[in-house]
Amino acid sequence: MATRHGTTPSQTIGPFHRIMVPWEGGAELVAPDHPAAIHIQGCILDGAGQPVDDSVIEIWQANVHGRYAHAEDTREVPLVEGFEGFGRAITDGDGRFDIVTVKPGCVPGPGETVQAPHIALSVFARGLLKQLVTRIYFADEAAANDQDPVLRTITEPGRRDTLLAVPRASGGAPPVYDFEICLQGPRETVFFDV
Amino acid sequence: MDRPNSYKRDEAGEQPPYLHPEYRSTVLRAPKQPLVPLPHTLSEITGPVYGHEKVGPLDHDLTRQHDGEPLGERIIVLGRVMDSNGRPVPDALMEIWQANSAGRYRHEVDNHPAPLDPNFSGGGRCVTDAGGRYRFVTIKPAAYPWGNDPNAWRPAHIHFSLFGTAFATRLITQMYFPGDPLLACDAIFNSIPDAGARHRLVCRLDLEHTEPEWALAYEFDIVLRGRDATPMEG
Repeated sequence: MATRHGTTPSQTIGPFHRIMVPWEGGAELVAPDHPAAIHIQGCILDGAGQPVDDSVIEIWQANVHGRYAHAEDTREVPLVEGFEGFGRAITDGDGRFDIVTVKPGCVPGPGETVQAPHIALSVFARGLLKQLVTRIYFADEAAANDQDPVLRTITEPGRRDTLLAVPRASGGAPPVYDFEICLQGPRETVFFDV
Repeated sequence: MDRPNSYKRDEAGEQPPYLHPEYRSTVLRAPKQPLVPLPHTLSEITGPVYGHEKVGPLDHDLTRQHDGEPLGERIIVLGRVMDSNGRPVPDALMEIWQANSAGRYRHEVDNHPAPLDPNFSGGGRCVTDAGGRYRFVTIKPAAYPWGNDPNAWRPAHIHFSLFGTAFATRLITQMYFPGDPLLACDAIFNSIPDAGARHRLVCRLDLEHTEPEWALAYEFDIVLRGRDATPMEG
């Protein structure tokens, strides 16, 4: 048995992360005029209902075919040239963010299960000693969501719904989904222990 | 099915809790519901992996990003990034950011009445080499006051950000300096329950890599989560 080296502890990103070298592309994973582009717009609220205006969100997702641009995804599913699947945004003065991306395809889950389209999302902020991890699922993928092995473990309906991005009724192009992140309170978002 | 690919869980006390009331900002931001355990699926064992394409030739040297040299004590910060199985993490993007030698960040929300340095921005990047080694040149940051209580001061620190090999290995942390008396009363440093784990965030003076007549070196090794089981040794 090899010796385990103790892992380096996490510390908060703090309030001064804007002096990091800016992330090229931000949270635009595709150009806004991409034919399959969607916007995921949302805000982050603290336990007093106040906007979290100093956080960084990062997202990670598969492409439209359900393939991750990563060496460990070796399945015979096409890559999309230029699509990396990663984005980073800083919330604005109202705690809001705007992700421009494509809806990912389904990816395999444990055993024979299939995971519904989803985007992994991390929140880093002052007051968070470690990132919070959640997932964005899509409310208009009801059939896939019902089979999703992660969503199925969340049995309280109100909790499960915190993971759903909801298509905005206006029906414009590109489509807009709303996704609110509540750190605490009656609508507290489900966060995962990864 | 996913078990052979999983990353090891951290041990108790190794990571800070979300709620640490001594750090006041955690009170309204720490979730109150328990976290939901997430099996490591393809979504967690993949992740953003960036390397040389994100790094300019002078990004690792925070003292050469402007026409003049910044004020303060020039230092070298170097070390090795490995996983908890002791394997190096090569070709991995690292990001750092920090206050200047007067304890001031070049940031609109930093009101500390200490001078800005026109020759210091405070942000850098580098990529680990084939052996997981990295090296930055910068200026030793200073302590600064913060609003956690009426006389709270952060010990001098440098923020580090690493992606590692997967979504599950993402880490943002802070490096501290040895012998800093402010460590004993810092609410953020002391949020880590296990004293041994806490002191992994304190770098070591490294005379071997110090460049005589030019800059002291500090060594800071970083350990990311490793795989639970490795099917092949190699």
